[in-house]
Amino acid sequence: MTEYFHSVRLDFEKCKGCTNCIKRCPMEAIRVHEGKATIMQERCIDCGECIRACPNHAKISVTDTLDILNDYKYRIALPAPSFFAQFKEVENVECVLHALLNIGFDDVFEVALAAEVVGFLIHQYIKDNKIKKPVFSSACPAVLRLMQIKYPDLLEQVAPVLTPMEVAARMAKEDAMKKTGLSYEDIGAFFISPCPAKVTEMRNPMNTKHSAVNGVIGVSLIYKDIIKQILAIKSKKNEDYEKLHKATGLGMAWGYVTGESKNVDMGKALAVSGIHNVISLLEEIERGELKDVDFFELQACTGGCVGGPLNIHNLFVGRVRLRELIKKCGIQAPYYTDKQLIDLYKRAHFEATEPIKPKTIMHLDEDMSQAILKLEQVDKIASELPGLDCGACGSPNCRALAEDIVRGVAFETDCVIKLREKVKTLAEEILDLARIVPPSMGDSSKKIEEK
Amino acid sequence: MLNNSFRFTPHITLEFKIEEKDFFIASESASRIKKTLQQLGIKQDIIKRTAIIIYEAAMNVAIHAIHGALKVYVDPEVISVVTEDVGPGIENVELAMKEGYSTAPQEIREMGFGAGMGLPNIKQCSDELVIDTKIGEGTTLKAKIYLNKNHE
Ligand SMILES: Nc1ncnc2c1ncn2[C@@H]1O[C@H](COP(=O)(O)OP(=O)(O)OP(=O)(O)O)[C@@H](O)[C@H]1O
Ligand code: SF4
Ligand code: SF4
Ligand SMILES: [Mg+2]
Repeated sequence: MTEYFHSVRLDFEKCKGCTNCIKRCPMEAIRVHEGKATIMQERCIDCGECIRACPNHAKISVTDTLDILNDYKYRIALPAPSFFAQFKEVENVECVLHALLNIGFDDVFEVALAAEVVGFLIHQYIKDNKIKKPVFSSACPAVLRLMQIKYPDLLEQVAPVLTPMEVAARMAKEDAMKKTGLSYEDIGAFFISPCPAKVTEMRNPMNTKHSAVNGVIGVSLIYKDIIKQILAIKSKKNEDYEKLHKATGLGMAWGYVTGESKNVDMGKALAVSGIHNVISLLEEIERGELKDVDFFELQACTGGCVGGPLNIHNLFVGRVRLRELIKKCGIQAPYYTDKQLIDLYKRAHFEATEPIKPKTIMHLDEDMSQAILKLEQVDKIASELPGLDCGACGSPNCRALAEDIVRGVAFETDCVIKLREKVKTLAEEILDLARIVPPSMGDSSKKIEEK
Repeated sequence: MLNNSFRFTPHITLEFKIEEKDFFIASESASRIKKTLQQLGIKQDIIKRTAIIIYEAAMNVAIHAIHGALKVYVDPEVISVVTEDVGPGIENVELAMKEGYSTAPQEIREMGFGAGMGLPNIKQCSDELVIDTKIGEGTTLKAKIYLNKNHE
């Protein structure tokens, strides 16, 4: 696996080089050169902001497709809680779960159910003082990748628990092995994802060695097929269906921001969504503010996972719909007993096994003396740039252009205003040259005037 | 023999003006400098300590003094943070250094400041700390953080 795998990519043909995306990227990871956007691989956190920002749909998220199901004997779908909010046609969760079976899965396991388990585990961790407060949620991979690069000293406060997606895959496979007698390798678990960062997380997991998830399939890829199946199921009203839905309303609420805090249910919690809001909050926290908070639920997408870029519907619509579904069919009694949960906690079954490591990528040079000299150059160049932050040069702001120049990947004349100045000076020089007349053709009128 | 007595040390200085009751400049300068230090490849725990010192020292100028300036100097060996202000000065520095001691007025406390933790925090985060103060004139605070030394 390459070090930098990313789900978020550019559709080269569609990109018009309009520069709309470069300013919205929280990592200043996008540049536009020669009319096309490029993503700096080491900086991208797969937050999907550029997908939302691009008016030409040139930023895409590459996910697995249903073809991957063919590689396994028994295939389990792991629908995210927010998935159920994407269908205005449904009045219940059961119908969506059966639609998943109809498009080729052998079984389903709601990620909401795993989310309840994760919530319980984090609750216990905080309760037993096993981790330095405030504790940060480990659920949003885009936020964790942001922390790796920009707030690495907060990483040790991230809850040492696997993501609901990961826990769901492990629980589902364990159940399936018992049920079918098949071996672990024959069973495939596939996350139905609103989120590009989860694709990246499956390939290069941060807090575990290997992901138990075998594929991440974007909601948009199966959306039409699911709708068809839902309509078919609804038309055959009287048939009896096996009951598949197990998650409580609480677990389902994980699909929007504040849902996780409700599951963790420990002390003072603060839930913040939207990557730019998360950044402002982390700045405050890093400076030592908000010391009285016990748990931070941070999500890169505004509104939480219902706002995921691969979802179909507007996040507010999704949120309302998910709430209605919870009211209608959220189960009251949890599937797992307290005893079972405590047992999971004691066995550390879903505990993170790898520390989330900081990533140093922002530095200008390995050698600090060189870095200082380069920074001086950046300051000097930046002070000479117009400071309009227009983005026309292809860098997100004037200072970023100065950095790019020092890194050797851009030129001062990439700045249109600088270029105009240069052209003006050049034009004046040419004009001056044009005025010079060969001595043999001396201007007689001038001589007369001079007299 | 070549004359080695003068060696140029690459360094960088950053300066910010602090106006009276400018409660934003402290966090703004702290995050600006934090970004700079990350670009220099400085270790995270040192960046964190520096940011705390900058924030608390600049906040003290904004809250307790009339106006002043913040200067941060960085070279490969040391970071030094200096605030200079025109203001009332500190009557009893030893007392001011105590956790919980504060003369912040009620309206400042209502804004969430004035816990009396600023100076003790600065002390804890720096390797060296010097405070020069003259009653009725102003205060100078100098904090140093060494880059290649273990900090307890
Ligand atoms: N630059 C300064 N000029 C005048 N007085 C100061 C200055 N810095 C600190 N002091 C005095 O020292 C006291 C203690 O400062 P310290 O920063 O520890 O606490 P605080 O500013 O009152 O509260 P906190 O920093 O927790 O918000 C202040 O209340 C003030 O009386
Ligand atoms: S996914 Fe996020 S971090 Fe990556 S390029 Fe797009 S906006 Fe930037
Ligand atoms: S927003 Fe970015 S990716 Fe989309 S067309 Fe414009 S430059 Fe290309
Ligand atoms: Mg203070």
